[in-house]
Amino acid sequence: MTQLILLLISAALVNNVVLSRFLGLCPFLGVSKKTETSVGMGAAVIFVITLSSMSASLIYAHILIPLHLEYLQTIVFILVIAALVQFVEMVLKKNMPSLYEALGVYLPLITTNCAVLGVALDNVAKEYNFAQSLVYGVGTASGFALAIVLLSGVREKIEHNDIPHTVSGMPIVLITAGLMAIAFTGFSGLIK
Amino acid sequence: MNKILERLYNGIFKENPTFVLMLGMCPTLAVTTSFVNAVGMGLSTTAVLMFSNLIISAMRNIIPDRVRIPAFIVIVASLVTVVQLLMQGYTPALYKSLGIYIPLIVVNCIILGRAESYASKNPALPSFFDGLGMGLGFTISLSCIGIVRELIGGGTFLKGFLPAASFPNGIVIIPDGYRISIFVLAPGAFFVLALLSALQNHFKAPSATNTGNTSEIACGGNCAACFGEAKLENHITIDKDLEKKELEAKKKKEEALAKAKAAKENANAGEGK
Repeated sequence: MTQLILLLISAALVNNVVLSRFLGLCPFLGVSKKTETSVGMGAAVIFVITLSSMSASLIYAHILIPLHLEYLQTIVFILVIAALVQFVEMVLKKNMPSLYEALGVYLPLITTNCAVLGVALDNVAKEYNFAQSLVYGVGTASGFALAIVLLSGVREKIEHNDIPHTVSGMPIVLITAGLMAIAFTGFSGLIK
Repeated sequence: MNKILERLYNGIFKENPTFVLMLGMCPTLAVTTSFVNAVGMGLSTTAVLMFSNLIISAMRNIIPDRVRIPAFIVIVASLVTVVQLLMQGYTPALYKSLGIYIPLIVVNCIILGRAESYASKNPALPSFFDGLGMGLGFTISLSCIGIVRELIGGGTFLKGFLPAASFPNGIVIIPDGYRISIFVLAPGAFFVLALLSALQNHFKAPSATNTGNTSEIACGGNCAACFGEAKLENHITIDKDLEKKELEAKKKKEEALAKAKAAKENANAGEGK
């Protein structure tokens, strides 16, 4: 149990998926203009990564290993993720319209997010079992959500400031992200 | 021949994927801690890009339009698996240091972007060289960033690239204790990229970060503002184009029919006289 909690903290804070591993940078920089949208994106990412991490780990353990098809993991995972996102979208639309309205627009955008595939591949590379994969998925996704919400908060403040032309737009966002990455390295003493 | 050279020039200078189009930022930031890693990543992406462009362009008339994105992804994923296995076998050290970023070439937006905007519309040979040009452009820009980060952060030049017997640490330029080691860590990547795009802003260089989306089809190149919606837009644009073409074809058919009818009537009238 302690091991799982440690895994959760290390995935969310110490090895933050965006700020120290650079996965999912596109939505991190692209959808972080407003806090509202970034909360939506974060929630959708948590939802999808948790589900895809679980299903990818099950498929790997119960289909690919018995058939000795481990080398197909990349192809299988990306198809599973794409299919899963489509499926989740349909189920939500039919059964939970309110949740669909909140997450709907972000769902199809997530298929191309490399964090989703990254988590699935990580589970295999680190030989996590099902419970560990689940916790690792939740942790990584919450790390992403935390980072994107924090960045959007800073960006909303930056919006009203006087920024020199040279660094306005993309550069200032990257500098902000860099400073956040420095702050997050402070967590590295948390777990030995 | 001219076409081939034009594709290479386009990929390396005019539409350089990293400096101009700002595509594939994840590997750009993650693996440029040293020159060797950057070149390894660049060349493996080039290999995938060349052959994915070749195969996709050869199959462009067979793949149905509706399922083309999944089809492209499967082709790219297979090629990535091939590259991954080859690297595991022949360059184990590089394979280990690049780690998870090799299978993640699948979701690199340069590859799908080129497939969608070039290979699916052009013949095989130019597509192949388009892939080569884009890949070389990517490799060159990654190496430039890699050299800068390795030099400032680690103080060495071409470490691991020169023969290890005579240069175990590459060429040491900045002595120990004077290096800014944050540049090889994660935050340094953000700062280097920030500096790069600030320079582009300052000199108003053509780049995705300081111009609007120029092309309507595929990624306009603005990876930072793109989170997959470009694909959706492509669908809409392509569907519209198809509709337009269908309408035009219909119109032409009708016109032709009307003409034929008129001609027939004329002929009939002529006969009647």
